[in-house]
Amino acid sequence: MNSSLLRSLTPSVIGVLVRRGADFAAAEDAVQDALMEAVRAWPTAEPRDPKAWLITVAWNRFLDATRADTARRRREDLVDAEPAPGPAAAADDTLRLYFLCAHPSLTPSSAVALTLRAVGGLTTRQIAEAYLVPEATMAQRISRAKKTVSTVRFDQPGDVATVLRVLYLVFNEGYSGDVDLAAEAIRLTRQLSAAFDHPEVAGLLALMLLHHARRPARTAPDGSLIPLADQDRTRWDTSLIAEGVQILQLALSRDRLGEFQAQAAIAALHADAPTAEETDWLQIVEWYDELAALTDSAVVRLNRAVAVGEADGPQAGLAALTPLDPSLPRYTAVAAHLHERAGDLPTAARLYAQAAREATNAAERDHLTRQAARLNTQGHA
Amino acid sequence: MAKYLLLKHYRGAPSAVNDVPMDKWAPEEITAHIKYMNDFAARLEKTGEFVDGQALAPEGEWVRYDGEGRPPVTDGPFAETKDLIAGWMIIDVDSRDRAVELAGELSAAPGAGGKPIHEWLEVRPFLTEMPTITE
Repeated sequence: MNSSLLRSLTPSVIGVLVRRGADFAAAEDAVQDALMEAVRAWPTAEPRDPKAWLITVAWNRFLDATRADTARRRREDLVDAEPAPGPAAAADDTLRLYFLCAHPSLTPSSAVALTLRAVGGLTTRQIAEAYLVPEATMAQRISRAKKTVSTVRFDQPGDVATVLRVLYLVFNEGYSGDVDLAAEAIRLTRQLSAAFDHPEVAGLLALMLLHHARRPARTAPDGSLIPLADQDRTRWDTSLIAEGVQILQLALSRDRLGEFQAQAAIAALHADAPTAEETDWLQIVEWYDELAALTDSAVVRLNRAVAVGEADGPQAGLAALTPLDPSLPRYTAVAAHLHERAGDLPTAARLYAQAAREATNAAERDHLTRQAARLNTQGHA
Repeated sequence: MAKYLLLKHYRGAPSAVNDVPMDKWAPEEITAHIKYMNDFAARLEKTGEFVDGQALAPEGEWVRYDGEGRPPVTDGPFAETKDLIAGWMIIDVDSRDRAVELAGELSAAPGAGGKPIHEWLEVRPFLTEMPTITE
């Protein structure tokens, strides 16, 4: 059994323990112990029913822990109080755990950490390594998060939008250690989509698949950034694209549009273009209009200006940029690109250099610096 | 989920409000100051926001490459005017506001007379990884 298959059992096993009367924090610890035990024991003796094995081991760990506590009396009332749930209940438990771990009382970083541990089944060390913080710090973050949600009722329905934001953060943060966070986010979103039929869950899954499909083409061997227009499209993963498009079409057919479906539609239009020149920018602009109506986000209007620049020419793009706040992240980079396309190379070079100074990530900074250098050296030639 | 570097200077920062050199403090004031710094780091570990903290010696030298087959050139000690970093703390927080709030607390470390130093600290965001979704 591979580790992500093993980890996929995490939320439903926690759910069983909670139904039997364990509190969430103790159940989560017990299941982590059982997962580690499984990693040790299963390579030589894989159980016939992995989930039942995990439930037994986790429950025993929980009993050991409570035995050490003062809750002995309570424990005796709990033992085998409830049978293991069937598949429908397991799906409900899984969904409840997503809601709990993305509870609005948690900060984004705690919700992310708790989701990766209690839903994803990752160890604290793996999560710490993925986010480049010491293990002790991540352990404290997770334990505080568990304390924060300790008074939340497990069976309380949550807001799926908060869950989707957490999964989006996991996917988009882009750190990569031993744990591939993007792949993990996709796995968790798939699992959510199996437990909860909702067009925006499908929309987010499609969005992730369509972007993940481009990953092999996004960076050069030296790690430098390759913009969408310059990517080798033969390196895009066509099976991920096909899956993403199919999921998206099914979601859109239900006529309950949301921001993730609209973002996925834009990604699908890019994926659909055999070359950058064949991109259907008119349709992309229309999707940005939909997205702007749904979110009223300045970042969306900025990206829309890029699309307008491609659809109707750089002057139209610059006009779409005019009403926006120049302090928006990436505003200067977009302005530089549009000025270059409009033929104003000195302005473009100056703006690329300024955008490089304003960049918040190293890959983009280096890319923008190279753009400025390219225009500056062209000027001398 | 953003990392910030809090930089403390031996010199080169604007003057603190309670600007008395440490060797003019009472010994117990120095003890209280160090305790405050340690407690601050310990508290950040508890909140799950601590990444690293280190102190630097005031002494050091400039070093540069001097060509193929030649040893690096060194130059020192530092000129009296050089901006001099005393140490740093790296934090991992949810927002810039939180980073500023924590830097403010660190700057309140007690100095001469047991009063807060109101020291100027440099707060610098780390460059992050490239996000996956940009368009």
